[in-house]
Amino acid sequence: MLFLQAVRIAWETIRVQKLKSFFTVIGVTIGVTFLIAVVSIVSGMGRYMKDDLIGKLIAVNSFNLRKQPDIQMGDVTEAERRDWRRRPRIQDTDVPAVAAGLPKDVLWATESSDNLNIESQYGSPRRIQSITVSESWFDIKKWGVSKGRLIAPQEYQFGAPVVVIGQDVADHFFPNLDPVGRQVRIQSIPYTVVGVVEKQGSAFGISLDKFLVAPEKSPLNRWVNPHGVIDQMVIQSTDDVGMKEAMEATRAVMRGRHHLHPSQRDDFTLETADSALEFWNKMQSYLVIAGIALPTVGLVVGAIVIMNIMLVAVSERTREIGIRKSLGARRRDILNQFLVESATLATMGAMLGVALGIGFAKLISAVSPLPAAVELWSVIVGVAVGAGVGLIAGVYPASRAALLDPIAAMRQET
Amino acid sequence: MSQQTVDAPLSETAERRAIVGIPGQAPDPKWVIVTRGIKREYDMGGEIVRALRGVDVAIGRNEYVAIMGPSGSGKSTLMNIIGCLDTPNAGEYWLNGQLVSKMSDDALARVRNKEIGFVFQTFNLLPRATALHNVELPLVYAGISSDERKRRAREALEKVQLADRMDHRPNELSGGQRQRVAIARALVNNPSILLADEPTGNLDSQTSEEIMRVFESLASTGQTVVMVTHEPDIAAHARRVVVLRDGLISTDERRDAFTSRLGL
Repeated sequence: MLFLQAVRIAWETIRVQKLKSFFTVIGVTIGVTFLIAVVSIVSGMGRYMKDDLIGKLIAVNSFNLRKQPDIQMGDVTEAERRDWRRRPRIQDTDVPAVAAGLPKDVLWATESSDNLNIESQYGSPRRIQSITVSESWFDIKKWGVSKGRLIAPQEYQFGAPVVVIGQDVADHFFPNLDPVGRQVRIQSIPYTVVGVVEKQGSAFGISLDKFLVAPEKSPLNRWVNPHGVIDQMVIQSTDDVGMKEAMEATRAVMRGRHHLHPSQRDDFTLETADSALEFWNKMQSYLVIAGIALPTVGLVVGAIVIMNIMLVAVSERTREIGIRKSLGARRRDILNQFLVESATLATMGAMLGVALGIGFAKLISAVSPLPAAVELWSVIVGVAVGAGVGLIAGVYPASRAALLDPIAAMRQET
Repeated sequence: MSQQTVDAPLSETAERRAIVGIPGQAPDPKWVIVTRGIKREYDMGGEIVRALRGVDVAIGRNEYVAIMGPSGSGKSTLMNIIGCLDTPNAGEYWLNGQLVSKMSDDALARVRNKEIGFVFQTFNLLPRATALHNVELPLVYAGISSDERKRRAREALEKVQLADRMDHRPNELSGGQRQRVAIARALVNNPSILLADEPTGNLDSQTSEEIMRVFESLASTGQTVVMVTHEPDIAAHARRVVVLRDGLISTDERRDAFTSRLGL
């Protein structure tokens, strides 16, 4: 009850001194603005990395059995690279063994790729990522076609010279034409386009539609990999638990085939979306810490400013304090009054900072490719930190006010 | 402060001691204010100023008392102690049956809130608050709900004929009106005593009379009023006049005797 009264007094004081109040809290406002903006941008990037980038490269609940990690972000030591180079490649012959060890309901496919020079009679030659895959690959990716059809089982079986192409490839080689039924030439061998994959969009400004896919047994395979070797095996389970089981089964089979002693580390990689994101997650936590640490400087300055202004307010309102005390205000009533005023002031500054921070984040995501996602927790933390700063900054001035002698206070001329 | 001090006649001092009673014992409930040998000293930069040197006074319910004295006589100090804004160095102060001279700060705040209504020379209204809100203030610290506060504040303002000025701020009111707001504020929590410190000091003589009429009507309805003043014609409104001199009571007279001596 008295608390609400204190909030009311604080609100009225702030209302009659809008400009002064604004300047008082500007430090807190700037601090919170940066907190919200930085956290929003960092988490926006994180969400983008997870959902768009990695999510497009590695399908849900799936992992890749590879010689070495494909998606590398951050520091990899020279020793690690050397270790990776010495690893055995994944062989054709590994595939049936791994597949035999997998639980039921698990989809798998082989995948190899390289950038190859592609020609067509309608467009200039260009290097395009050319992928050879086995059956089920499109099922795992959950890709459909916007034109034509996917590769048929018989075509996989016999290694027919057919390709499914990405939207950008279709646009480049077959401008204003229906690519289905037309041909592209790869290393002078013609392949018939049977379908165009739905547009995948882009990640970090890089198009995800520049590729073509052919059956594993097609002639293309020998251009993307030496004989008997594959880049990776893509394995997908129906759920997270199933994926973990499949990973363990795969690991056991591969360790057996590579004759690894229990003390030796894996000489192959099981790459998941999480493992690819590991570096990003680490970096994100650093960025969030920086995003919190830097505004802290603003908040400390803000706290000092608030403390000063509150000290001025106490001495300006000495007479008011004396009057209130003469009317029965106890020390703690006066203490509460100034603490609440300081906290209310800072909270309002923080709220303004939240609004500005959200605006700032939206502005940055509008004018740059950086995405922004406003996190609820950062808003709550921002406002709470603002209120806390106000409370802490108010302690000293408020206790000075509370200890004033009512007679001396009322005698003061203002 | 002069070394020569005029002491009250011995017999009167003894008489007053008998009235206020024995230290340590609760006084007769007919007295709302009892002070026993109150002393108050200040340290003014190394020099000890003895503002009160042993004041014994008893004020009964429904009394209308003026405390007079030249400046430096200790009347403001006595007023501060009676108003629980200050505590004595020695002696006892009983207010409405409570020994307040040894109370903590917060306990004194409660006593000020419940038992005392102040009226000051400089009005001491909050400049940014409306008349109504100023009158509400003691009730805020008494922990009374908002609706009840507003109702009682309105009543108090009606009593001083300011019902039409409730939403005005102090700077929109005349001196007399401000002092009436202050009186309404002093009365709103039904205090045991109304304590006025030079209530007409900042007012012209006509407005002073108007304020004194308010005090008169309050006293006639049974409100205990204690007023500090140095103006004899203001003190003349009281039914009893206590005169302080050099920190001691020099005379304590009923109205008839006092007015006749002044020739009023």
